Amino acid sequence: MIRFEKVTKYYKNNVGLENVSVHINKGDFVFLVGPSGAGKSTFIKLILKEIEADSGSILVNEKEVTSLSNRQIPILRRSIGIVFQDFRLLPKKTVFENVAFAMEIIHKSPRTIRRQVPQILSLVGIANKASKYPDELSAGEQQRVAIARAIVNNPTVLIADEPTGNLDPDTAWEIMKLLEQINLRGTTIVMVTHAKDIVDRMNKRVIVIDKGKIVRDNVGAYGIDVFETPSCQPEGGVFSQDVK
Amino acid sequence: MSLASIFSISAMLLILGLFFIVAVNINMATEAAKQDYETVQVYLQDEVTFEEAQVLIDSFKRIEGVSETQYLDKETALLQWKAKWGESGYLLDSLGNNPLPNSILITVSQLEAADQVVLKAGKAQGIEDVKYYKETVEKLLKITNFIQIGALIIMVFLIIVAVVVVSNTIKLTVFARSREITMMKYVGATNWFIRGPFLVEGMLIGIFSALISVGIIALTYSKISELIGQDVFIILSTPMVPVSFMTINLISIFLAVGISIGACGSIISMRRFLDT
Repeated sequence: MIRFEKVTKYYKNNVGLENVSVHINKGDFVFLVGPSGAGKSTFIKLILKEIEADSGSILVNEKEVTSLSNRQIPILRRSIGIVFQDFRLLPKKTVFENVAFAMEIIHKSPRTIRRQVPQILSLVGIANKASKYPDELSAGEQQRVAIARAIVNNPTVLIADEPTGNLDPDTAWEIMKLLEQINLRGTTIVMVTHAKDIVDRMNKRVIVIDKGKIVRDNVGAYGIDVFETPSCQPEGGVFSQDVK
Repeated sequence: MSLASIFSISAMLLILGLFFIVAVNINMATEAAKQDYETVQVYLQDEVTFEEAQVLIDSFKRIEGVSETQYLDKETALLQWKAKWGESGYLLDSLGNNPLPNSILITVSQLEAADQVVLKAGKAQGIEDVKYYKETVEKLLKITNFIQIGALIIMVFLIIVAVVVVSNTIKLTVFARSREITMMKYVGATNWFIRGPFLVEGMLIGIFSALISVGIIALTYSKISELIGQDVFIILSTPMVPVSFMTINLISIFLAVGISIGACGSIISMRRFLDT
């Protein structure tokens, strides 16, 4: 599903990733944790081909990402859903339109859109909010809309970048249950997070990245050693900068 | 915002149109003069009979480089003038006696022959005047060339300015919608899908600007040709380029230029945004 083989990415003054090899299987639910600047952002950006690796091979859905032409990038991204900490809904569009927007982009017919959007809204539990605008919704509801938008085109991978960062614990847990539900449908989930309690409670695979290297990769808790690192404070999510 | 672009491009196209009008009119006058350049018209005195004229024609024919000779009697000449003056041709009816002389039109294929014709005509009997504008035409050609090159440089400069104006306007729109564009990219929209609406906006700016400026130019030009068209004709003996011809040409040229400027402007403004 996602396979990194000896991937290295250097920036001008620091290391992004260094000789990283990792394999995420279809249907996996993986937490990506680590201090700020550890390389989580680089990891995600490489999957989406926002940046180029200096060396190594990256396979997503059996396709070599590093050799994709600019024209093929949108096709890659259509197989990957993405959810952000700050939801990134379009404020002037209703819930329905925010989700429909993702389908319009890949030229789905209005009929298909009218049929599928309510289904997906009902799946994420906000079927009754279709005509509302984002600012009329609670944070949890907004994140549900964002998730609906991310999965409406049936991506094989869902990347969640600190999806619970702006939510209270109860709402965060509801969102996690929703993500788990989506995972059970077969969607691979890669979630970047700093929320120790959530990682501990979910008991899924945890990949810890530090200084550009994978320092731990197993199923279990967040790991006290990582969380206590002073630099490891909740941050603005790996996508603090927009895609260029 | 778009309104500012429309006004800027309209203003630019207006200046462009001004150059176009001047260039086309000068070109037309030059073309007419060029024909004179290849043609020497020898006016005959009234006493010269048709037979005597034929003898003269034969002598001109013998000059190397003369391709055609034609006897033009005064009645035909008057009819030609009437035709040339078009609607105002009736003015010539009030002349009473036809003041035009009989003449011989000599067309040359080599320009050196024209000088020989002029020389020979100067020596011959019964010649009233020789109309040959070599120097004037040469000067006119030089001026036309100069104006055309100058106009071209200014046009290129103006087009660049217009592209910058449009691209800046669209850049503002792009920034205002950057959130949407970023999401489009994440969801897998192609660059052309994202560019589409901005491209249309740029092209619409171009179309509106073209229509506004053609409208203003057509109105102004028709007023000008109404006011001074007759004087221009009398001075240059060629009419001004007709308003309808000018308008049709300007519409197609301006639409093409306007749409291209709009499209280029929007593509340039989005280039950085769509890099990866």
